[in-house]
Amino acid sequence: MIIKTTNLGWQWPGQSAQLRFPDISLPAGEHLFIHGPSGSGKTTLLSLLSGLNRATLGSIRVHGQDLARLSGGGRDRLRADRTGVIFQQFNLVPYLSALDNATLPCRLSGRRRQQAGDPAVAARQLMTALGLPGETFNRKAPELSTGQQQRVAAARALIGAPPLILADEPTSALDVVNRDRFVALLLEQAAGTGSSVVFVSHDPALASHFGNHLELLTDTEANP
Amino acid sequence: MKLSLALSLAMASLWHRRRILLLVTLTLTLSVSLLLGVQYLRTEVRQSFNSAVSGTDLIIGARSGELNLLLYSVFHIGHATNNLGWNSFQELQKDGRIDWLIPLSLGDSYRGHRVVGTDSRFLEHYQYGDDQPLQLAKGRWFSDVFDVVLGAQVARTLGHRTGDEIVLSHGGGRTSFVKHDQHPFRVSGILAATGTPVDRGVYVSLEGLEAIHIGWEAGVPAPGRTLSADAARNRELTPDTITAALTGIKRQILTFQVQRDINQYGGEPLSAILPGVALAQLWQVLEQFELLLLGITTFVVVISLAGLVTVLLTLQTHRHQEIAVLRANGASPSLIGSLYLLECTGLAVTATVLATGLWYLLLLAVAPWLLDVWGIAINLRRLTVAEGLLLASVPLAGLAVGAIPAFKAWQLGNRASGWGAQ
Repeated sequence: MIIKTTNLGWQWPGQSAQLRFPDISLPAGEHLFIHGPSGSGKTTLLSLLSGLNRATLGSIRVHGQDLARLSGGGRDRLRADRTGVIFQQFNLVPYLSALDNATLPCRLSGRRRQQAGDPAVAARQLMTALGLPGETFNRKAPELSTGQQQRVAAARALIGAPPLILADEPTSALDVVNRDRFVALLLEQAAGTGSSVVFVSHDPALASHFGNHLELLTDTEANP
Repeated sequence: MKLSLALSLAMASLWHRRRILLLVTLTLTLSVSLLLGVQYLRTEVRQSFNSAVSGTDLIIGARSGELNLLLYSVFHIGHATNNLGWNSFQELQKDGRIDWLIPLSLGDSYRGHRVVGTDSRFLEHYQYGDDQPLQLAKGRWFSDVFDVVLGAQVARTLGHRTGDEIVLSHGGGRTSFVKHDQHPFRVSGILAATGTPVDRGVYVSLEGLEAIHIGWEAGVPAPGRTLSADAARNRELTPDTITAALTGIKRQILTFQVQRDINQYGGEPLSAILPGVALAQLWQVLEQFELLLLGITTFVVVISLAGLVTVLLTLQTHRHQEIAVLRANGASPSLIGSLYLLECTGLAVTATVLATGLWYLLLLAVAPWLLDVWGIAINLRRLTVAEGLLLASVPLAGLAVGAIPAFKAWQLGNRASGWGAQ
C-alpha cells in the first residue's frame, strides 16, 4: 500500500471543528480520484498525505512509513524523495526558468536525481512529452501561459519517478479541451514512471480517468 | 549540496528582483563608501600632518597657545597673534644648547599661497617625513633680495618656471587688493615635492620682505615713501620682528630645559612648543569629532541596512507562493530561511565591494583637489587592518539583519497551512 489511512482527522489550531476523512487504502501504482465540493477538506487531506501538516487524529502511512513518527525534517525528506506535488495554480518559482523549475526536485533529493539520470535531459523529455514547445524551456514562469505552467509543474512532479504524485485541482484553471489532455498526459507519463496519482477535483467529469474514487462530503465534520 | 542550491536560488532571486534591489544596494553602497572614506581620511590626514615636520625639536613664537603656534608656523593655518623680536632671535642664536634656528616671517601671500620669509637655514635644516631634507628640483636657493623660491605645488599649479617674475600681495588670502607691484620677484628655484605644506609655500629672504614693506603704513604704501628695487638693495634690511622660529637642539635631553628657559625668557613673552606634543594635542581635540563623524556614518550604514531589510520584508509578502512551491518539493524551513540570510548578506557584500571600488575612484578624482586646496596629501594605498575590519563588519551586519526576514520565512515555511499559496 502506498497510502493507508485509518480514522484520519484534522483540527485547525485553535478551532473546535474537526474534519474527518474516510479511510484510504491505495495500492502502489494505482490512481485515486478524490472528489468533493469546496470546503470538504480536499486540500487539507493532500497536505496531510504530503507530510506538510501532521494529522491530529488517526493514523496515516505513506510509502510504508508512519508519518506521525517522522520528524518535520524526516517528512520533508520523504516528500522530496518520493512525492511529486502539483498545485492548483502558482506552481513555479518565478525567478527560475521552466527547465530549472522542472529539475528542482533533483536538486532537493539525491534519490530523485539518481532516478532521473541527467536531470536536464529527463526534464526536456518530460516537458516535450507533456506537449510543451522547446522554446518555452528557458522562459521564466511569468512568461508562460497557465496551461504551460501546469505542464511544467507536472514535469516537475514526474521527474525522478516518485512513487506518489499529489495533484490538487491542477486543471481548474484550464478549459475543457486542455483539461482532458492534461489529465491524459499526466496519467500516461505516470504510467511510464510507475507513479500513483492522487488527483483532487471538484469536477466529476474527470472521474472516469481513474480507477479508485473517494467522495468527500461537506458533512465530514464529526461530532467533537 | 543544499548550500549550493540555496546559493544559486538566492542569486537567481536577487537577479530577478534586481530593479527594486538596485536602489537599496546603491544607498548601502554610498553609505559604506562614506564610512570607508571617513576612516581612510582619518588615517591619511594624521599621516599627512605627522609627516609635515620632523627633526624640529622646538617651535618658538610670541606667547600663544601651542596649537595656534604649530598651525600657523608649520601648516600655514591661521595667523600669529604677535611677533617675535629680532633681538630675541639673536639672543637665542647665542644659546650654546641650540644647534640651529630657522627664522620664519609670515604675513604676505602670492595668489592664495603663503609667503614665507626665511633664509638658507630653511633649506639646510627643515626636515619632513622620516627626517628627509628639502631638495631643489630646479634652479637654486635665493641669493638676491628679490629672488623667490617656489614650493613644488605652487610652481605646478601656477605653471611657473625659474626666471619668471611674480608680484606678491600684501596680507593673506586668495584675493588681495593691495599688491607689491613695485617690487617683482624673480623665481630662482623650485623645491622638489614633499607632500607637506612646504609645497604650498613661497619662499623669499627676510630682507626681501623688509624691502617691499619700506614706506608702508597701516597696510598700504604711503605715496612717495616707498623705495625702488635698487634703492632698497642698498638699504640696511634687517627685520625688526619675525613670526616664529624652528629650532634644533644639540642634545635631545636638553630640549625641556631649553623650552622652559624660553618660556621664562625675560626680554619678551615667548612660547616654545614641542611639535610632537602639539600634534598629539591636536589629535586629542580632533579625535572627539572624528569619532562623532565615524559614529554618524555608522548610523547612516545602519539606516541603509534597515532600508534593505524593509524592502526584503515588503518583497516577502509576494513570495508566499515561491515558499509554498519549495516546501512542497521537500525544501526544509531552514533552507527557506537561509535564502533570506544569503540574499541579505549577498547584497551587503555587493554593496561593500562596490563601495570600495567607488571610494578608490573618488580618491583618484578628489586627491589632487585636496592637495591643491587643503594641502592634504592623500595616498592611494591598500586598506589598513582597521579599515578592512570596518568593511568586513558590513556583510556581518547584513547577515545579522537578514535574520529578521529569514526568521519570518522560516516561520512561514513551518506554519500549519503549508499547502499551496492560497
